[in-house]
Formats: sequence, structure tokens, C-alpha cells
Amino acid sequence: MITKEDLEHIGWLSRLELSDEDKEKYSPKLNSILDYFGELNEVDTEGVEPTYHVLPLYNVFREDEVGGTTTSLTQDEALSNAPRKQDGFFKAPRMM
Amino acid sequence: MWASINELRERIHAGSSEEVVCEYLDRIGSSKLNAFVTVAAESAIARAKEIDSGGHDGVLAGIPVAIKDNISTKGIRTTCSSNILTGYVPPYDAHVIERLKAAGAVIIGKTNMDEFAMGTSTETSYYGATKNPWDTDRVPGGSSGGSAAAVAGGEAPLSLGSDTGGSVRCPASFCGVAGLKPTYGVISRYGLISYANSLEQIGPFATSVRDLAAIFDVVSGHDLRDSTSVDRKTNYSSALENDVKGLNIGVPAEYFGEGTDEAVEKSVWNAIHTLEDLGATWTEVKMPHTKYALSAYYIIAMSEASSNLARFDGMRYGIRTEDSNWHTTFSQVRAAGFGEEVKRRILLGTYALSAGYHDKYYLKALKVRTLIKQDFERAFNDVDVLIAPTMPYPAFKLGEKIDDPLSLYLADVDTVPINLAGVPSISIPCGFSDGLPIGMQVIGKHFDEAAILRTAYTFEENTDYHTKRPEGL
Repeated sequence: MITKEDLEHIGWLSRLELSDEDKEKYSPKLNSILDYFGELNEVDTEGVEPTYHVLPLYNVFREDEVGGTTTSLTQDEALSNAPRKQDGFFKAPRMM
Repeated sequence: MWASINELRERIHAGSSEEVVCEYLDRIGSSKLNAFVTVAAESAIARAKEIDSGGHDGVLAGIPVAIKDNISTKGIRTTCSSNILTGYVPPYDAHVIERLKAAGAVIIGKTNMDEFAMGTSTETSYYGATKNPWDTDRVPGGSSGGSAAAVAGGEAPLSLGSDTGGSVRCPASFCGVAGLKPTYGVISRYGLISYANSLEQIGPFATSVRDLAAIFDVVSGHDLRDSTSVDRKTNYSSALENDVKGLNIGVPAEYFGEGTDEAVEKSVWNAIHTLEDLGATWTEVKMPHTKYALSAYYIIAMSEASSNLARFDGMRYGIRTEDSNWHTTFSQVRAAGFGEEVKRRILLGTYALSAGYHDKYYLKALKVRTLIKQDFERAFNDVDVLIAPTMPYPAFKLGEKIDDPLSLYLADVDTVPINLAGVPSISIPCGFSDGLPIGMQVIGKHFDEAAILRTAYTFEENTDYHTKRPEGL
């Protein structure tokens, strides 16, 4: 059961500003979905390993060089979509 | 307007790519389907002219292809049908786009989708819903609804979508075209804007299995920039034989369960009997954990989404609201930029991963995933392919389910287990109910796309469902 306080907490963790109206709106639907997920409690998973990836993952190594398929974006390209930029940097909001 | 690759190749040879591309652009321009978010008319015509003058000999030389709007296209706006990516123009191409360009294809535009691929109806798009070409009061399926509707509506001969829990197969089924979700790792995800990275694969749409295999041959293959990309090159077109003699089909009863429309059940069984008449055999298989796939899928997908979508904060791309302090600015950008369904999934995913709930939801779902994967492994000990309905019913009405997210999630009951297991599955048309297409999926073992393509091709060669086209567009 997600309470109004839970919703405020996960809204903060998710960096999603939620109005009081949002919280009223989201709560019942989130809870009915969570209720449905509760069916997994019926499944006996004692001794079952979790599957994070369907195929075995291997570390992929390459030479630590720029070039070929590892070409980077230029600084201009990297900044080309930034809503705010200054002196060749992304402009962030102030920390405090 | 529903031309095959071979027909288009002849027309381009006799005339020009420019003519072909302009015809499709006209068709898109006068369409009521809202299949496209961005039409790349100028760059498409320029590219067509280049192909016409250059004597390109690629397999898709001069042929238009439509691309789902979550696949990065250098110089062409890419929004994931979300407000938060308004105005975003990728500075690089996805691997599949590089491949298509190298084969001579012309990118004609970006197709509509559920916002960030989260949906089953293409109704959560910031740019409005796409309509089903067979009945414009109905949804095209989702989340790759624009890509499916474009091919079904004759607005593009080929398209690419992505399939995280059925997002290629569902709209293929609802729109009466062929759609493929390959084995996880067969197509590079480099440049695919991620939603749930352990589940999703890019997949093609076409009006026939032959064309589907042709574009699949072009876009599949190893890529060092996706660490999950698999290094095994196969020629899928050469798997297309009109022959299923000796093929052993498994029929999982769990996929014909409660809520499955009678016409769907009948059409899929008819298809199985058609294949039987052609020399295949079938046997029932048990997949006992199927009923838990939906919950496991949604918990995993939402958890991965909450992490993958953390990058959208208005710093490097997308919209930016008035600056306040660090956290407040990002919270406001995200509140203004994401739609309701995306927020719902981020919130639930964050909850499922948060302290105190991680083991109860996320870890539990991953363990259930193991059991579902084992269901497939056991079934494939005895059979070569599985056949089941793609969707439990034909396309539903616009607005019918959108206010009840859980009822919309339940529509994915037959498609999500495939992504949890990472196996390949193709959806092809196998019947009609009141003028609406019905799709069946042929599911294979890991990396055995050849078997499902051959099965689907043989079915097509001996039936005519794939030749039917919507009227009145």
C-alpha cells in the first residue's frame, strides 16, 4: 500500500514534482497495480536464482584509444541540444 | 501503394527513387492516421536523388523506410513522442540507421509511438494517438503503433520499431502486418533510447515475411558499442523455404486462456491445422508460469525505466523550465516533460527498487523470470517452435482502456513472456474478425530466427491473409 507519505518520498527519489492533485490522482491506480503484483507471492521461488540478463554477459574489452567505432562527439555536437550552455559547458542550475 | 521490395526495386530501376519517395511522401501528407511524428521530406528527397545519380547497389537502394521515434537519426528530430525531448536532434545515428543507410535505404520519417514506448495502444503519445488503418476509431496497438500503421496504411513499405514487452508484435497483430522481435542481442541497441534495457530489441515491420527477412538481414549484426550485442552473422533470407515437413509445433494452452477472443482462438488453431496439412506436427506443451509473466514483466520494466529515464533532466537536451535550485529544477523539468503513464512507471519502478521493497518486488520478479525462462527451455526440448495468439483480441477502440492502466497492461499477457525469456517471436496475420486483423506469433529458441521465419513464410505462401489491405484510406 502506497500512502501519501510514500508517494512524496518516491516522488522525491524520482525527481518528479507532484502536486496535491497529482498525489490524489496517482494513489488509487498505483495501489491497484501493486495489489495485482502481489500475485507473485504465490510463486515458490525458494532456491531460484534471479535472471538479470537472458544471455550470459561478458566483459567487452578494447584498446583504450579513440577511433574506429569509438569516435566521440565533438564538443559542439555534444552541446548542440543543450537548452542552456555557457563557455563550452552545459549550464546547470545552482546547487543550493 | 503496398509494394514489395522487389516491386519497388523494379520501379526505381525503370524510373527513380525520387519518384517512389515522393509518392510515399504524398500519401503521408494526405493521411488521417497520424502515423508520423516527423516527416523527413527534404532529407529523403535529397538522399533519393543521390541514390538515383550514384548507382547504389545496396539491397534497399532508394527504398523508403520509416523509423520509430525512439531510434536516433542524425539530423532528424527524435522525440520518443514525449514533450521532454521537444526539439531534440540527435548528433549521431543508431547502429541500425548506419546499416540502413549503407544498404541504400531512404529514411522517410519518424513514426508515432507510446511515450517512451510505454503502452499498448499508441495513445500515450504527446503528439496524439495513431489510428488503425482498418478502422480509424480503433487503436493501432503499441507501442510501435506508428511504424505498424505506416506499413499497413501503405505509407512506407518497411519500418523499424522496438519491442520491450510486445511493442512490435502487438501493433503488427492489430494492423495486419508482419513484425519480428529478434533474440535479445541480435540487433544492436546502440542509439535506441532506452526504456527497459534487459528486455528490449529493435524489430522490423513489413507486409510479407520475405521483406521482413530482407530488412532484418540489413539491420542485424555485431556492434562493439552495445555490450550485449551478439557476434553471429546469419543470412535470414536464405532460411525462407516453403516447407514445414517434420516441423514439431508446440501449442501452449496457457496462451489460449480466459479472456481470449473466440475468433482469435479459432484463427490461430486454423493456422496450426494449415501447417499440419503441410507436413508439420503439433503437440500441447505446458508453460505453467505464464500467468505470472505480466507482473514480473511490469516490475522489471518499470524498475529499469526508473533508472534509464533518470537522464532526462533538461541539462543536455530537451525542455528546461525556469531555473531554481538543482533538485527542484530537475523535478520541475521532469514533471512538465513526462506524461502520466511515464510518471506512473517511474514512480512504481522507484518504489520497487527502494529500500524495504527491493526484495519483495524487484528481486522476486527476477526469480519468477528465471522460472518463465525455464518454461521455454523445457518446451523447446520437445518442439521446434511455439505457436500462440499474439494478442488475446483484435484492436480495441480508441479511449476504451486508456483510463484504466491495469486493463491495458493485461492486454500484453501473450507477448511479455517472450521478452522475459529473450527468445525470438514473429507475428503474422492469420485471420480476420469483423474486418479487423488477427495475428499469431511463432516463437523460437534463442537464435533460431531461421525456424520461425521459415514457418511464417510457409504459412504465407499457402494462405492469403497477408495480401489483404484496408480500404477507404
